[in-house]
Amino acid sequence: MREMICIVCPKGCRLQVDEKPDGEIIVMGNGCNRGIPYAKKELTNPTRVITSTVKIRGGIHKRLPVKTSTDIPKGLNFDVMRELEKIEVEAPIKVGTVLIKNVLGTGADIVATRNM
Amino acid sequence: MYDVAIIGAGIVGASVARELSRYDLKVCLIEKENDVSEGATKANSAIVHAGYDPEEGTDMARLNVRGCHLTEVYTKELDVPYKKIGSLVVAFSEEEMEHVEMLFHRGNANGVPDQKILNREELLKMEPNIGDTAVGALYSPSAGIVGPWEFTIATTENAVVNGVELLLDTEVVDIKKEGDIFTIYTDNAELDPIQTKYIVNAAGIYSDAIMNMVGEQEFKIRPRRGQYFVLDKSQGELAHHVIFQCPTALGKGILVSPTVHGNLLVGPDAEDNVERDEIGTTKERMDYIRETADKSIKGINYRESIRNFAGLRAQSDRNDFIIEESKSVKGLVNLAGIKSPGLTSAPAIAEDAAEILKNIGLEMKKKEDFNPSRRQTHFMSLSPEEKAAKIKEDPKFGRIICRCENITEGEIVEAIHRPVGALTVDGIKRRVRPGMGRCQGGFCGPRVLEIISRELDLPLEDVMQDKNGSYILVGETKNRGEE
Amino acid sequence: MMYDLIVIGGGPAGLSAAYEAYNRGIEKILILERDKELGGILNQCIHNGFGVHSFKEELTGPEYAGRYIEMLNSTHVDHKLDTMVLSISNGRDVKHVEAINTEEGYLSLETRAIILAMGCRERTRGAIQIPGERPSGVFTAGTAQRYVNMEGYMVGKKVVILGSGDIGLIMARRMTLEGAEVKACVELMPYSNGLNRNIVQCLDDYDIPLLLAHTITEIKGKQRLEAVVIQKVDENRNPIPGTEQTLECDTLLLSVGLIPENEITKNAGIALDRRTSGPIVNEAMETNVKGIFACGNVVHVHDLVDFVSEEGQKAGRSAAKFIKNELKEGQDVTEIKNGDRVNYTVPQQIRLENIMESQEIMFRVSNVFKDVNITVRNHEGELIKKLRRPVVAPGEMEKIKLTRADLEKANGLLTIALEEVI
Repeated sequence: MREMICIVCPKGCRLQVDEKPDGEIIVMGNGCNRGIPYAKKELTNPTRVITSTVKIRGGIHKRLPVKTSTDIPKGLNFDVMRELEKIEVEAPIKVGTVLIKNVLGTGADIVATRNM
Repeated sequence: MYDVAIIGAGIVGASVARELSRYDLKVCLIEKENDVSEGATKANSAIVHAGYDPEEGTDMARLNVRGCHLTEVYTKELDVPYKKIGSLVVAFSEEEMEHVEMLFHRGNANGVPDQKILNREELLKMEPNIGDTAVGALYSPSAGIVGPWEFTIATTENAVVNGVELLLDTEVVDIKKEGDIFTIYTDNAELDPIQTKYIVNAAGIYSDAIMNMVGEQEFKIRPRRGQYFVLDKSQGELAHHVIFQCPTALGKGILVSPTVHGNLLVGPDAEDNVERDEIGTTKERMDYIRETADKSIKGINYRESIRNFAGLRAQSDRNDFIIEESKSVKGLVNLAGIKSPGLTSAPAIAEDAAEILKNIGLEMKKKEDFNPSRRQTHFMSLSPEEKAAKIKEDPKFGRIICRCENITEGEIVEAIHRPVGALTVDGIKRRVRPGMGRCQGGFCGPRVLEIISRELDLPLEDVMQDKNGSYILVGETKNRGEE
Repeated sequence: MMYDLIVIGGGPAGLSAAYEAYNRGIEKILILERDKELGGILNQCIHNGFGVHSFKEELTGPEYAGRYIEMLNSTHVDHKLDTMVLSISNGRDVKHVEAINTEEGYLSLETRAIILAMGCRERTRGAIQIPGERPSGVFTAGTAQRYVNMEGYMVGKKVVILGSGDIGLIMARRMTLEGAEVKACVELMPYSNGLNRNIVQCLDDYDIPLLLAHTITEIKGKQRLEAVVIQKVDENRNPIPGTEQTLECDTLLLSVGLIPENEITKNAGIALDRRTSGPIVNEAMETNVKGIFACGNVVHVHDLVDFVSEEGQKAGRSAAKFIKNELKEGQDVTEIKNGDRVNYTVPQQIRLENIMESQEIMFRVSNVFKDVNITVRNHEGELIKKLRRPVVAPGEMEKIKLTRADLEKANGLLTIALEEVI
């Protein structure tokens, strides 16, 4: 039996996760449905959303904030960061613009999180 | 070849520079740090003492009283913050009242004007928050508070404008004398060794080291550390005068004073046996200061503390200021052991130094065109019409950078480009105050850094907080995770 | 020009307040913002976790701000950027706002109502009096966040963080992703008041130790930070001698508290609450000066921006009513007091006349408590309402809703407290 904290929303429910010998995963303590798939994923293939900034020319700031459009495998955190450094974008950029499509084959895009 | 080289750009060295700049002389002011006012001048009680404390007949007494008067004059000439708020030496017992009376008589003997002994009732009227055990006080209306680094910076600026050469980032490493000429060797690779006829040693806690470079050990400096609290302006209303305590078996007592900008200053204690670079604060001493200060003023809320700092006094092994030509080295004038009332006495010490130089052979011809004045923009003190006009003239005055003290970009840029301009974030802080307020640079810091970088054409990561080596940023973000 | 409403601060509180006032039919609305863009602190909060309540989505700070900026773009609400308000004052029928900017110079504005939304600032080293030397390399977490996320500059390579509130935790992750080594997060209390999820995704994910019941007792470094000394603390939060540990580092980030930014408020003579450091407000988010309202972190520091937006909405709605002369003065004032284990409440006063159906009261508790009752008692000590909670914590602002019927039983005073479950 393992205890973990669900990170899907700011509530941070304390989950009790039981991995049965036949592979079935029982989740308790979740405040909503999203806790169950989170717990399962966290045991088998933990993922995270990455937020950072990329270089931008001609904007009100020198860096543009971005995020992964969906969660990516936790182990690729730093690799994704390195991909971000390879690009430099040009203003104006609209919020939601895809700056890198399917980064490192994860299925997630790198998108701008603001207009600049 | 210089006529005079002054070593040390604290308040004493700067005052000597300005004094000598009244004459037709080739003078340089040598400072090892990247800015003036970086030693004890930066970390003291900021008090202009009335002059009852030094023993009668000493140089300290004479120079204190003269310096107290000159400070009032010079701060006006140089546009330096100064307030003549008067001081109170408070007695908390009848025994201490005897001490207060002794100071009263001594003050009179020293020439301190307008002193008065107050009973508790009169004291309470002047200071509603005075401690419950206070029985009376010595009131000296001629005492005041000043901005010590502002005074030093403005004094140096005026000296430079009147012809003195300021050499920053220049640490004296050796001094040789051949015949009548000194050669000063420094660590500044861009300068040739400095040749000069006379040296004025105003090197603070290093003045004995300077002495020993070229002569015998005529005195020894033993740094004495003092720690302080600076409290938010909301606490600055608690006291209206400089409030001293009488010395007890435990020490000289802790003072509580408003500062010239409206904060409250509490401290210092006195700690011997510290190294020359030990300017850290400690919990034990800070606790002691708080407990002891509580006697003077009721209700100080230390949760409103915004900063702690410590300074090193240049305590010498003699009982008075050392203001003399060296016995073992002709032409070297020592201004050493300038502890309290050093700040107050500095303008008068400078007069003495000039007098000594004259007496030992320096030809001093007064300049016709000495300009004693210096001004800087104080945006918030302008009327709305003046503010509007100033912004029209230079839009940078329309952007407030320091929220706590309401300082504009225009004032910051001015502080960078004037003579003896700011090169660091703390240099800006000392000249125009961003970083002195309750946010301690949290809001204005990045903006000040940007302005310095832009105005001096320096990469952001090369802008220092204060002394060389105090970098703030390490480089651009590069999304670099584990390498 | 005479305005109906001037909103001071274009962050989430001000944006939401202005938008609501517009929706209630107010014509001449002006937002004054000191930064060069709207959005306030959200612009530097590039991480996600915002908007779960308001938009039912998880957004980053800039995205959340962007939603409100977008909403305002479709309105006639005006704004001035790079404009600092110097002072406000109350005249006979109008209020005055003095401000400056580079383009228009000195501005002397008149308005019927003001909403204060200036946000908060960070507690500094001096405020908690950490002894030691005074090298560079000591930053408040928010200032470091600004450097990293907006200027695009790193503040150091070997980092220690003091304070495990959300800002500290978020910066632990941010610095790590940018290549710094975060050696530890040091927390004075025996618990963290940051969100659980942040402990996981900011510390655990990167094997950054969380040292609970520890504090920093000395800062070392001549010009730049070289090390900090940490010590364990006892139940009274006093350092335990003998537990000193030196951590070599070049950067210390302080996440030790936020304080509402009330310079303008104080200088205008508006009454402040010592418990919150923000203005005392009533059910309309109105200060003790009629027509001057306040919302967001300037009133009390929030945990979730969604609640800030809600509060902004309340203030905007009330300001609109005030401008239309629909806000009742209300002679029947109920004081709200904080009882056992409750640190403060917002609002601090309620005028019954202005309550239609119900009033939400926000409050913070003084410690972590498990299985307690939130109780509301009236002037006579009679129990008006009781709500059971499995756990409450100082880091999580609580809300309680009282109906008009509840409030009518107050008899002038309501005390909100935590009581044992019997």
